[in-house]
Amino acid sequence: MTGKAMAAPLLEVEGLRKYFPVRDVWGRRTGWLKALDDVSLAVREGEILGVVGESGCGKSTLGKVIMGIHAPTAGSIRFEGEDITDRRRAGKSGLRSRLQYSYQDPGASLDPRWKIGASLNEPLAIHTRLDRSERQARIGEIIRAVGLPETHLDLYPHEISGGQQRRVGLARILTLKPKLVILDEPTSGLDVSVQATVLNLFLDLKHQFGLTYVFISHDLAVVRMLCDRVAVMYLGRIVESGPIEQIFSSPRHPYTQSLLAAIPEIGGRKVTDDFWLEGEPPDPTSLPSGCRFRTRCPRAIERCAQEDPGLIDRGGGHADACLRAGES
Amino acid sequence: MSEPLLSVSNLRVDFVTNAGRARVLDHVNLSLKTGEIVGLVGESGSGKTTLARAILGILPANAARIESGEIWFEGRDLLKSPAEIVARDVRGRRITFVPQDPFTSFNPVFSIGSQIMEIMRWKSPDARPNRRNWWQRYPRERRRADLARVLELLRIVQLPDPEAILAKYPHEVSGGQRQRLMIAMALATEARLIIADEPTTALDVTIQAQILKLLRRLTSERGVSVLFATHDLGAAHEICDRVVVMYAGQEVESAPASVFFRAPAHPYTESLLASLPSRERGIRGIPGEIPVLVDPPAGCRFHPRCGRASDACRRIRPEVSAPVPGHEVRCYHPLVRRPTEVHS
Repeated sequence: MTGKAMAAPLLEVEGLRKYFPVRDVWGRRTGWLKALDDVSLAVREGEILGVVGESGCGKSTLGKVIMGIHAPTAGSIRFEGEDITDRRRAGKSGLRSRLQYSYQDPGASLDPRWKIGASLNEPLAIHTRLDRSERQARIGEIIRAVGLPETHLDLYPHEISGGQQRRVGLARILTLKPKLVILDEPTSGLDVSVQATVLNLFLDLKHQFGLTYVFISHDLAVVRMLCDRVAVMYLGRIVESGPIEQIFSSPRHPYTQSLLAAIPEIGGRKVTDDFWLEGEPPDPTSLPSGCRFRTRCPRAIERCAQEDPGLIDRGGGHADACLRAGES
Repeated sequence: MSEPLLSVSNLRVDFVTNAGRARVLDHVNLSLKTGEIVGLVGESGSGKTTLARAILGILPANAARIESGEIWFEGRDLLKSPAEIVARDVRGRRITFVPQDPFTSFNPVFSIGSQIMEIMRWKSPDARPNRRNWWQRYPRERRRADLARVLELLRIVQLPDPEAILAKYPHEVSGGQRQRLMIAMALATEARLIIADEPTTALDVTIQAQILKLLRRLTSERGVSVLFATHDLGAAHEICDRVVVMYAGQEVESAPASVFFRAPAHPYTESLLASLPSRERGIRGIPGEIPVLVDPPAGCRFHPRCGRASDACRRIRPEVSAPVPGHEVRCYHPLVRRPTEVHS
């Protein structure tokens, strides 16, 4: 049993679907918004998996469904070999202390009327049986790990800077020593110099605490920097996934190719000289038939309108969902 | 040499805060030629939005104080001209604005068409508003001409089915389309200068690439100048002819884009470019934080975070020097070799 659990991925998601009902003003359901439509992925222990895509592609929904904030419509989620799809049962196994979720600005989730120390103490008091002095020791260790002096424990959130609040928010997530942390857009809205500091902090903490990250982002340059593997999402579906170097050097799905082509390259060629992708993603409540990228795809053929391509691994863990990817 | 279209000199703007006076712009200079796209690059709090708003004359009146300086545009000093003349003839007509957030810039309860035509009523090139005819109806012939002009522009910014878009409400169109509408509106009054404040920050990368491409093509076709305020160095690299870097309320470097990204001269600029994520270099941030503008560091405002800071940097603010013609830098120890030592 233990041997099998060791070999299995830390987190495994199978055929996950999340449909939100679309209702008219009378409350009648007029359709479904398929935020996640048959998503499968696996996260191995110790790696950083990037989930990228544009707004509305379902990447945040994916994080929230894994975390149990939304219940999935269909599919299964396994964490450390245990089925956690149904949270009413899974909640009893101390899951919260092993799986954590970080919002865009973790500092914003601090209670303004609580001292930093109290905020860090709360998860320990709820989830562990540590006594007061052991909790103090753990809090001290964590606050030093995120690069803040212990004197900050006696301050209120408004007395420290935004960047420091962010560090406290991260410390709060880490006090329970989770295995997996889902980071949802952790660097969006940050200046590049601050972003660099935050990314370094993520890497340091990962080494120090043996963490595994699911890194949800729209910023491909950051994902390339940080992640080991990446899954590219488009309209609720993973269209390509694989090791980071392979995806960035030889993307196979036309959507991935256009995403990569849109990254400005400083000192290099200009994206705006030859950017070819036209139009915007279609309305997610009425998806096109067949491949959902075909309406914008320059390589679309008739078959693309009829068949809905699934994610196919073409060797080396590099999978894509394009009917024409195999052609040369 | 022709006169610049816009020239800001020695502009100082203070903000009155509870903690004291924040010196948000500290003797800033900037000039912009006809047809040029100038990137105004800086991190949050560097004063780029304040500078953009000062040029437009829309600083918050309760807090901002313009202490000194001049803003020359098309032969007049905008700070000395009567406010109502600037409001009538310059703002929204000769200088237009593309905001960061196309989501909140439309009124949700009016159709897009009625909002665009409301602007054209007062600001179209044919409009002759004055104090006496403010109540007059919108003459039918002029309205027809303006509508044709707007529809033509919507086609140019590649919006599908322009007539249908004008009848829609803001929530019915996507973010990318709203930003296209903003660009069309900025061009509709035949402006000479567009001030774009982070116009692509709220957009996805593929949409950003489309919008930047559009902005660059339209401005070069029409000879319109753009002041492009952004914190995104990648976006600045895409479309700018020249880049001006702001740090803590001062402009620290100004260079042609081709030179700027290859050979930055100011230590701040150099570390800013180095903190962009890159697989080869790893991640390098800038130690320390942006200074508090109520009590800025003496001398060069970057010196507490600078590896090259010397004694002079801590005491006296460096003047602008141009070690290479056209490449100006406000630093005692720039990273370029000066052809001839300049003493001041």
